[in-house]
Amino acid sequence: MTSTKTPVTLEESNIESFLRMDRMPHIWCAGCGIGTAVGCFARAVERAGLDPDKVSLISGIGCAGRAAGYVKLDSFHTTHGRALPFATGLKLGNPELNVVVFSGDGDLLAIGGNHLIHSARRNIDLTVICINNFNYGMTGGQMGPTTPIDARTTTTPYGNVEYPFNAPYLLAASGATYVSRWTVMHPRELERSIAEALVKPGFSFVEVLSPCPALYGRLNKESKGLDTMHTYLKRSVIRNGADPKDAEIGLNGPILVGKYVDIERPTLWDCCKQVFDRVKEKKSK
Amino acid sequence: MGIREIRIAGFGGQGVVLSGQIVGQAASIHDKGFATLTQSYGPEARGGSCTSEVVISDEPIGYPYVQNPNVLIILSQEAYTKYVNDLPSDTLVIIDPNLVKPDPSQNPAPLAIPATHMARELGRVVVANIIMLGYLAAVSDILSPKALKKSVLTSVPKGTEEFNAKAFELGYNYGLEHGKKSKSKADG
Amino acid sequence: MSEDGILHGTFFMNGDVACAEGAISAGCRFFAGYPITPATEVAERMSERLPHVGGVYIQMEDEIASMNAVLGASWAGVKAMTATSGPGFSLMMENLGLGVILETPCVLVNIQRAGPSTGLPTLPAQGDMMQARWGSHGSYEIIALVPSSPQEIFDLIIEAFNLSERYRVPVLVMSDEAVGHMSEKVVIPEISPENLMSRRRPDVPPEEYLPYKADGDLVPPMAIAGEGYRFHVTGLTHDEKGYPVMTAEAQDKLVRRLVDKIKLNRNDIIKCEESDVEDAEIIVCAYGITSRIARLAVQQARNEGIRAGLLRLITVWPFAEERVKELAKQVKAFIVPEINYGQIVLEVERCAAGKASTVLVPHMGGSVHTPHTILNAIKESLQ
Repeated sequence: MTSTKTPVTLEESNIESFLRMDRMPHIWCAGCGIGTAVGCFARAVERAGLDPDKVSLISGIGCAGRAAGYVKLDSFHTTHGRALPFATGLKLGNPELNVVVFSGDGDLLAIGGNHLIHSARRNIDLTVICINNFNYGMTGGQMGPTTPIDARTTTTPYGNVEYPFNAPYLLAASGATYVSRWTVMHPRELERSIAEALVKPGFSFVEVLSPCPALYGRLNKESKGLDTMHTYLKRSVIRNGADPKDAEIGLNGPILVGKYVDIERPTLWDCCKQVFDRVKEKKSK
Repeated sequence: MGIREIRIAGFGGQGVVLSGQIVGQAASIHDKGFATLTQSYGPEARGGSCTSEVVISDEPIGYPYVQNPNVLIILSQEAYTKYVNDLPSDTLVIIDPNLVKPDPSQNPAPLAIPATHMARELGRVVVANIIMLGYLAAVSDILSPKALKKSVLTSVPKGTEEFNAKAFELGYNYGLEHGKKSKSKADG
Repeated sequence: MSEDGILHGTFFMNGDVACAEGAISAGCRFFAGYPITPATEVAERMSERLPHVGGVYIQMEDEIASMNAVLGASWAGVKAMTATSGPGFSLMMENLGLGVILETPCVLVNIQRAGPSTGLPTLPAQGDMMQARWGSHGSYEIIALVPSSPQEIFDLIIEAFNLSERYRVPVLVMSDEAVGHMSEKVVIPEISPENLMSRRRPDVPPEEYLPYKADGDLVPPMAIAGEGYRFHVTGLTHDEKGYPVMTAEAQDKLVRRLVDKIKLNRNDIIKCEESDVEDAEIIVCAYGITSRIARLAVQQARNEGIRAGLLRLITVWPFAEERVKELAKQVKAFIVPEINYGQIVLEVERCAAGKASTVLVPHMGGSVHTPHTILNAIKESLQ
């Protein structure tokens, strides 16, 4: 699955028409990657050739969850962890909509973790953009389901003792038809990947590694500001088609990025339509 | 007639709930009365104890559960033990003698119809409950036989109406021949 | 069944099935749920029936998800419902609040069983009545209807959808195991479209649309996703644009309207049924399954020469405050039988305000009151 339009450059893209400029400035900290991810998403919608009137964006709670408030789309800022089931109802209510969930790792993988694996299992045609900043930013930098082992957070002052989720591995096992991971220091690749995910039928999951210099970065002595960004770039190893099992992220060391899964499987709605046909057939008999 | 109450008790898979459904439907749709069906069953789907209860009245029903049954149809020994003690003497008790061995001291002795055996002879054991309803129509006046039969025919799977009508008639005739017509008490 | 897949006629069906058919007749075309005794039959019936009317059934991973899916479907413009019982109802509470603050029409059915916790899954209670009112955090008003028979579940589900569309609020139908599992005659009429309410939609172009700007009736017109309005809604306190505003002023304005849109329209919402109240000196105030037993007790009391009457609450929330206040001037006592340890009695007592005495007839659940228990309470209150 590839894009339907030629890529646009940053200068060419008309991002302001895509944003609620009356809500600027946004709340994200200097050096935070979420804004970059929103920009990539905006350009991906354009690149994928989608009608923005038919795109809905659903967020949960947290820093990434604030994205719903800044995009000029039908956008829903729901409760913590529940963006996916809300999106499920919206999508089944109107299958013509292109429904995107944009939220954080804590929201999607901890409190909303069950919804995440079940949404992938039933292969509902949604695109999930999961901002992973390795901690709970909005509440002040606590440990989360993606915090690397040994990492310092405000609730792991002596180092994290829990193993983190390997999101691509989890999603691949749960049945997602598209799984990728990029960092915000790979804006072109990220934009392309989101565009692919948007037009891919079935459950698509794009993990976006995004620095949190104010909290996670500071507590773990990642370098400051732009340097943090460079750290992510330096640690990244692009390997498309890698086994998602190998996508674990440690406190230091290399981070695998790229596309892990891109498969075909009937979507939930394909299967619902089969039920409609069966009922119709039964009626006509 | 005032309130009339029927309890059908046995185990899951005997058509206990369907029988209650047919009785309730007969009273409230095919006759001009009111009926409330309630049921209780154990957590196991099949083989566990199962009871359905129907309250029939000429007026809207307030209390939905059976308190003093006019008719008690018993299809398992367990149900017999549970329900037959302390019954008013005018309660009509009907058993399938191949499923229930009644206490010989019970007075009056329960009415009996070997419905399961008859159903097997007829060719399908699943119609035992319909044979039992036919019998009920013959030995009790709490429902009109016409309404009950109509209710049977609208409740069974399409294509099986004729077979079920036969089963109903079989039970009905057995009742006319072997059962004694018992007037139900009018409770209020 | 008619050509359009909607059922008409006279049936002998249980309350759960009647609930599902009421939803289909009301135009509900989306159901999300999770199996739970004694509400499972609602889900089963919806899964069978919705494909016949072009609707979608989905079994979610839990009740939290079910509640959210219903909200999502409503924002796609589809009438949506879920049904559950105590434990699931508890799980739905947070996002019931989301439904309230986003002003999302939908219907939530609770076939109550006895609690707390897992309690008695197969047996009746009325223990969630205050949870229905106060279960989600924060200040808000809700609408809750209580049916007393399968026929009334059918009728009240239609009423619930109409009220939810009219006032843009989740409407609760607080039934119980006894009514859910009992079968009785249910007449399903043809419902003409003018008797089915639909949410008011914006009549201005997208650039002029303010999602939470309400007119005189305090209920803003509702855009749905995909129509070009490109609206934003949030569970945060928000202004008319739908944008978050973190101030006490914005909170006051929003919450006051959410409360007032129900409160000020209560005469349009509240339904009660009265019998023998004109000359009554004792009034039994009851709802749901208990009101049927209460009726028998009142009849018996009348037979014995006691001037008793029945006030049957069909709408429990908002509470029929004015009527109870009025009746309190006339009667000696209110008798309030409930299958709980005293919930709605607190409202009756509050409204009676010492003018009439209030007597709770509690029942812990697992069965229903006997008429005798209520009759005794009537007699005792006269001594």
